[in-house]
Amino acid sequence: MTYIPISPAERDAMLKTVGVKSLDDLFDAVPAKHRFPKLDLPPALTEMEAAAHLADMASSNENVREHLISFLGAGAYNHYVPSVVDHMLRRGEFYTAYTPYQPEISQGTLQAIFEYQSLMTNLTGMDVSNASHYDGATATAEAVNLAYAQFRGKRRKIVISPTVHPQYREVIRTYSQGMGLEEAGDDPSADLEVGPEALTSLIDENTMLVIVQYPDFFGRIHDYTKLIEDAHAKGSLVCIVANPTALIMLKSPGDMGADIVVGEAQPFGIPLWYGGPYLGFFTTRKSYVHKMAGRLVGETVDNRGQRSYVLTLTAREQHIKRERATSNICTNQGLLALASAVYMSTLGKQGLQEVANLCYQKAHYAAGELSKIDGFGLCFMEPFFHEFVLCTPKPAGEVNQYLLDNGILGGYDLSKDYPALQNHILVAVTEMNSKDEIDTLVEVLKEM
Amino acid sequence: MNAPSNLKYTKSDEWFDPASGAAGITDYAQSQLSDIVFVEILVEEGEDVEVGKPIASVESVKASAEIYSPAAGKVSAVNKGLSDAPETLNTDPFGEGWMIKVEGGAAGEVMDAAEYEKYCEGRSH
Repeated sequence: MTYIPISPAERDAMLKTVGVKSLDDLFDAVPAKHRFPKLDLPPALTEMEAAAHLADMASSNENVREHLISFLGAGAYNHYVPSVVDHMLRRGEFYTAYTPYQPEISQGTLQAIFEYQSLMTNLTGMDVSNASHYDGATATAEAVNLAYAQFRGKRRKIVISPTVHPQYREVIRTYSQGMGLEEAGDDPSADLEVGPEALTSLIDENTMLVIVQYPDFFGRIHDYTKLIEDAHAKGSLVCIVANPTALIMLKSPGDMGADIVVGEAQPFGIPLWYGGPYLGFFTTRKSYVHKMAGRLVGETVDNRGQRSYVLTLTAREQHIKRERATSNICTNQGLLALASAVYMSTLGKQGLQEVANLCYQKAHYAAGELSKIDGFGLCFMEPFFHEFVLCTPKPAGEVNQYLLDNGILGGYDLSKDYPALQNHILVAVTEMNSKDEIDTLVEVLKEM
Repeated sequence: MNAPSNLKYTKSDEWFDPASGAAGITDYAQSQLSDIVFVEILVEEGEDVEVGKPIASVESVKASAEIYSPAAGKVSAVNKGLSDAPETLNTDPFGEGWMIKVEGGAAGEVMDAAEYEKYCEGRSH
């Protein structure tokens, strides 16, 4: 943190401007007995002691870069981040800029957002992208707000697939409470074997939005074209929550006819950290752009004929809509949007394709080897991308503990969210997992 | 500032034509909003509107404004052309820029042109 010193003369000048004689007079409104409450703090440390203490605490963390082999995904993935990403983020021009409300002094930031938007719309097959949200879950909740505004409250039902990320479903419920919405499909006890067509019967004339995930929470790839046609026949919009890495390899949600494509862009140049800050992307079709939260940067020409960037659309924001603003969670994760733009442009089309292909091939190798072990097997038969559900002979918690004892961070324990999946682990494999690591996982599980 | 004498005006800068039932935003309103880039009519033909109920949403490059109905009655027509040509509100607010027509209704609390001009002058200082 920057230390900003103040001289006694400066302090006096400020006090004089405010119109008080001393600091005590300035805080006169606060009763004296409340001014210095006793805080429950440990004794003060020197800087050296504090640094040593923090380093000591940090060393008890185990991370996937140094200590653990990871097969954990479930919405946050261990991918390679080229070093140029961090170097770009740490440039002061980007590092210090807040949300770019002042286009004339933020051309670099605006250009970065413009590039990010362009890359995201290419990836999802949509027309427009906003400048990003907190994370994938809040971006998904914003899709509900878009649909609600589009139908002006005349439709009030959302159909959510039970195979949308459980935490995303929870965030949608949190954000939509009080909106008087009806929810259907969001049932973790539902039959998880059935495909997306099971949702069709839930869509009616009151449905404003259908939300599905691609690949779904269990890693399965569905073609949602038919579901989207059925939803459109009833006048409903469809939102696809997508994994950006998978989109490089798979048919785009835009080609399937989706109206909104959202998701978590963490796989694109953002380390796992401790679950955040992450980056929610939000893309949609041009016809819904006025109902979209956040900011949209456009490219134009200034009065000297130079290429320049401007905030072209901020339809739901406070500075445009005042008290009628409906964008409550639009915060632009500017630095992280920059990280993902740098990631995409550094790898390029071919590099991204190689990442997706490595994820796919390694995950399929792992699934093949794991399912050969006695007592283990694949839970679902559908095609998958880089994540799959493994049935285990023992409760998932026990399996994961055994793996952890052997230096392996196991998969996601599905029993927490799906009562029917007691002995099931969601295993993720990325380009970061070497063949040796996968073989080690198989060996350790064989010995269990 | 232009304010045709055959029209009635609201404090929230809508105009109403008692003869045709047409309603829209005033010349003063469009000049305050500057370049209008988006218009969304929020009511449909056949729908009943009340005085003060939002009938449209207008966005300029600087601000967004709700437009309220200056009259009560049934909506007999909606100007669908505005969504493709929102700039019409800037160029012809009292003509091609009409937003809806209200049938068989009574206007709410309105001013005549002279009163409205005076009201706007008072605000611009």
